[in-house]
Amino acid sequence: MDNEEKELDYRSLWVDEVKYRTTLTRKYLNRKPYEPPNIKKIKAFIPGTIKAVYVKRRSRVKMNDDLLILEAMKMQNIIKAPMDGVIKAVHIKPGQAVAKDFLLIEFQ
Amino acid sequence: MAEKSKSTDLRRRMRDALKGGGDKAIERQKATGKLTARERILALLDSKSFHEYDIFVEHAGRDFDMDQKYLPGDGVITGTGTILGHPVCIYAQDFTVAGGSLGYMHAKKITKIMDHAMNLKIPLIGINDSGGARIQEGVNSLAGYGEIFYRNTQASGVIPQISVILGPCAGGAVYSPALTDFVFVVDKISKMFITGPEVIKTVLGEEITMEELGGARTHAEITGNAHFYAESEMECFSQIKQLVSFIPWNNFKKADPFPKKKPKSRKFRIEDIIPGDAKQPYDVRDVIRAVVDDSEFFEVQELFAANIVIGFARLDGETIGFVANQPLVLAGVLDVDSSDKAARFIRYCDAFNIPLCTFVDLPGYLPGVEQEHAGVIRHGAKILYAYSEATVPKITLILRKAYGGGYIAMCSHHLRADFVFAWPTAEIAVMGPEGAANIIFRKEIMQAKNPEKLRQEKIEEYKEKFANPYVAAAYGYIDAVIEPDETRNILLHALQISKNKSVERPQKKHGIPPF
Repeated sequence: MDNEEKELDYRSLWVDEVKYRTTLTRKYLNRKPYEPPNIKKIKAFIPGTIKAVYVKRRSRVKMNDDLLILEAMKMQNIIKAPMDGVIKAVHIKPGQAVAKDFLLIEFQ
Repeated sequence: MAEKSKSTDLRRRMRDALKGGGDKAIERQKATGKLTARERILALLDSKSFHEYDIFVEHAGRDFDMDQKYLPGDGVITGTGTILGHPVCIYAQDFTVAGGSLGYMHAKKITKIMDHAMNLKIPLIGINDSGGARIQEGVNSLAGYGEIFYRNTQASGVIPQISVILGPCAGGAVYSPALTDFVFVVDKISKMFITGPEVIKTVLGEEITMEELGGARTHAEITGNAHFYAESEMECFSQIKQLVSFIPWNNFKKADPFPKKKPKSRKFRIEDIIPGDAKQPYDVRDVIRAVVDDSEFFEVQELFAANIVIGFARLDGETIGFVANQPLVLAGVLDVDSSDKAARFIRYCDAFNIPLCTFVDLPGYLPGVEQEHAGVIRHGAKILYAYSEATVPKITLILRKAYGGGYIAMCSHHLRADFVFAWPTAEIAVMGPEGAANIIFRKEIMQAKNPEKLRQEKIEEYKEKFANPYVAAAYGYIDAVIEPDETRNILLHALQISKNKSVERPQKKHGIPPF
């Protein structure tokens, strides 16, 4: 690629407290910002289909109780409660297809 | 039969075989903008140099009425020829014959020409254009792939192996190219993936086009599976020819020398390329062009991890492998992808007796959770491993910044560079002046009446004392500080006197690089 041919899109990049003028790559720009895990939000760890939902809003559950079945790659994954608590919201219903990281169930 | 009729018989058999999948299939192949397998070989090899073998091989399928079918050459063409006078073994899958699918005899032909290449110690070129395993032949297809992978691995580092993806190359088939040294792809023609878009959609609900998933651009820019990207098959062939001119036939040879040429010094003036301010970008490829023969730099993996530049050029006619940080992209940092890219190239050059030149100008490693979680530690270690292990002549030139771990990684004396040179603009330090001053003088700065003013003073003080090549030179970590316009001469000299380099390595079966 000849640089004289096109205007380069210069941006800033900080490394060790120094701001460098440079261009960024598509891969760098598309990277996902880090999100700390939140135990109260149950997300799809794999894309798939909801086969069954065992809880409703305000259901009281114990840790390791079954919450739902997420079928993916011909495997029925039983998603269990990570904690004792009360369900704040159920965002899915049986038969629904979900993408990876789709928010399924929230705890209060 | 009389002699004459025997010849007629041969000609008839040849005519049938050369038809490949027949006119209709050839028409379909052409309609998608592709050449036929035989046309490809002829376009790539020197005129009249191609000799084909195993043209009368017949497929071994016995089930599903396959025994009723005639598949000319069993869907793959194999032979020998020359590229710019260099001998090569070559095979090309013929998509017009049963979709180029790989059955038992198809694989046998490929492994036979691979064995040939290994015995003759000459490069192997594979042109891939295949729907995948021939399902009718069942486990024999899988066996065929396995035999190819095994040979790819045995041949690795002995003969150059080049893969050209000119059609689909999906599922297990992708692993042969992945095991070879260089992969060529062509826009809109190459398609490589383990699982196709349809399966991904039905099983996972993720929608993506074939191009985005496994097209040429994706592999050249995102995955790094491909090393050369072309807009057309003809451009791809000219890239292959150029590559062949830079590399030796096998690991016991050196690349063929070329006539010596001077750089185009009017177009690439080395003094004018680099901004004095270490925070400003420039294209490091221009520095390479300013010092190499005819200013010709043949870049490898141009689009992938562009924050490091790798490729071949010549110095006084001899092939040299260049590795250089690229301040133009991501400030030239090392990260997962650039470490991976450079490490593999260093090992390639070392395996094939190509001296290494390293140009250093980097601020360090790319910060961020994404990098840490992607394994920048183990990937970054690859570059240390590759440089430390390499026994070819290793010459390093520090242009500007060489900070922290990046300084060590970029072929420092500590990893056994034979020569480390630096320009007067070089800064060898644990980190940039700003970061260093903040840490060393933290207390003083915090307690100062005017912290910002003191901070700036301390940064200047640190710059003055440490942002230069002389501290490192005082310990002998830099062999010589040179003026930029001396660069070519000193590189030529260093290479000339390194010609008989020989290094003893501890006896071992093999190391355990951080793959």
